[in-house]
Amino acid sequence: MANFKKGGKRETPAISTASLPDIVFMLLFFFMAATTMREVSLMVQNSMPEAEQTVKLEKKSLVSNIYVGKPTAQYQASYGTQPRIQLNDHFASLQDINLFVQSEEEARSEEDRNKIINNLKIDKEVKMGIITDIKQELRKANSLRINYGARKKL
Amino acid sequence: MAMKTPEINASSNADIAFLLLAFFLATTTMNVDSGLFRRLPPYMENAEAPKVAKRNILQVLVNRNDQLSINGELADVSTVKQRTIEFILNTNNSQDKPSKKIVEIPLIGNAEVSNGIVSLQSDKSTSYAMYIAVQDQLTAAFHEMRNKRSNIQWGKDYDDLTDEQRTAINKVIPMNVSEAEPKNIKK
Repeated sequence: MANFKKGGKRETPAISTASLPDIVFMLLFFFMAATTMREVSLMVQNSMPEAEQTVKLEKKSLVSNIYVGKPTAQYQASYGTQPRIQLNDHFASLQDINLFVQSEEEARSEEDRNKIINNLKIDKEVKMGIITDIKQELRKANSLRINYGARKKL
Repeated sequence: MAMKTPEINASSNADIAFLLLAFFLATTTMNVDSGLFRRLPPYMENAEAPKVAKRNILQVLVNRNDQLSINGELADVSTVKQRTIEFILNTNNSQDKPSKKIVEIPLIGNAEVSNGIVSLQSDKSTSYAMYIAVQDQLTAAFHEMRNKRSNIQWGKDYDDLTDEQRTAINKVIPMNVSEAEPKNIKK
């Protein structure tokens, strides 16, 4: 029979926490890289409808966002409660869409220009009238790739 | 004589990193934009609607009260998918469903392509939620047909196909959804 020597009272050595900062830094870098801070502050209500067949927009750099919805409470006094269009950081009218499309195209490289996807982020209570007008403006501006923003139904 | 600088205590390093980590954890939004992708037809001034035989059109109307009608009959949104599939495929070649043409398609060869067009018309006061629900049903219908076709052709799901195969399938079952200019639909 093998004889194992049992040393009397042996203290477990303290676990070194020296690598803890490394692990935390690793996580930190991951989240820093994955983070996208909200680039525009929403001025309109934006609860999108749900759909089952949604696809993800893979390339963020090709997406240009158009928000439509009722102005949020703080803007309702000056802008009313009718659905409004928001481009970048301000309210816009239909005529501004053409200019917006142009500036979005200029901001991107030559080969990406005709790949831009106009992401229509529209509140579910908005009526189709304004949406059709926007689509018509986009057609006039010859920016034909659109995405009806919708959340995935689970 | 230079004095040796005492070693700086680095045990608070972890705390600082944790603090930053917590900040980024809180501010991170990893939601990817999603939705239904569509391609708009190019703009043409005073474009006249092309003449299409009646049998080739499935008329889907949504009125201002978010009521839906298919070919003039009131219907529920959930039936749109099934009706579209029946309409486009026209399995028993009935006379009041779309005609078919033979088209040569790379990778597949000669294939029957339906001439059917789904005409989607909405009212100015239709809600966006309803519109998306209908679009969702249409997408589902075409996706299901493509899936079936690709399973027959290659024994694989549509989503697992290569890009060329997918283009071929898209040609066999083109997503012909036409959106007329919105009108104020009565009723």
